[in-house]
Amino acid sequence: MAINRDYVGRTFAGGEPYEVSRVKIAEFADAIGDPSPLYRDRAAAQAAGYPDVIAPPTFAIVISMASTARVVVDPGLGVNYAMVVHGEQCFEYSRPIRAGDVVTAQSTITEIRDAGRNAVLTAATEIRTVDGEHVCTAHNTLVDRGGAA
Amino acid sequence: MTGQVTYDDVKPGAELALASYPVTRLSLVRYCGASGDFNVIHWNERIARSVGLPNVIAHGMFTMAEAGRYVTDWAGPRGVIVEFGVRFSSPVVVPDDDVGASIEVSGVVEEKLDDNRVVLVLTARSGGEKVLTRAKAVVRLP
Repeated sequence: MAINRDYVGRTFAGGEPYEVSRVKIAEFADAIGDPSPLYRDRAAAQAAGYPDVIAPPTFAIVISMASTARVVVDPGLGVNYAMVVHGEQCFEYSRPIRAGDVVTAQSTITEIRDAGRNAVLTAATEIRTVDGEHVCTAHNTLVDRGGAA
Repeated sequence: MTGQVTYDDVKPGAELALASYPVTRLSLVRYCGASGDFNVIHWNERIARSVGLPNVIAHGMFTMAEAGRYVTDWAGPRGVIVEFGVRFSSPVVVPDDDVGASIEVSGVVEEKLDDNRVVLVLTARSGGEKVLTRAKAVVRLP
């Protein structure tokens, strides 16, 4: 099935603000097998100069993916999620995400193109605190296998 | 993360020690839950094969997380990643056995930038295949 090119430039926002908790950070750190105390121990994080425990760098995907998922599951876009693999991912950070952050994410589809038999969709997601402070911008490229027009 | 590397310590061209990170089916189940990415190709072998994959594959973001761990371990508690990007060139195939797969990560200091920033170029392999290409992290060191 072909992806709907009309979605290029479309912005998806309006999700509920995401509140970053210490428990979720620790769960994520456990899942990636990283024992660093910066992700679990407030005193250790403060000793390194952070106000509270910080999140591993790729934790940003938890927030950005919830936002891009709203894009990908939009029936009008025409993506078969079981055929989707992750092509590329890049993060630009203003600072580490940390416990206590309350953030929102806004995703924009920046490009849809064909690559052989596949369709490639690129989205940029800005993560900001509810006070407007930029925390991270995530760029992700999804490959819809066999989805070329 | 015992020591703290500083910007002045770092020499362009320096090679970082190789590290190996295990990934099992349990790792993927846990990562599904922690990340919220329940795509069936990461836990259901029947469906993974039916869509043309060799077996269940790891989340690309799991592999990227291990590469991130490699970088933060090197950067130390006061080093912060300012930019981190990868291309997923080949899937990490995770068999349903007690061993699973492993992801081997290595890195080289590509260059030193201003503002205490250092560029690392990373390599990640699994099962003899390069699983990440164009993997690069920019780290700000004390």
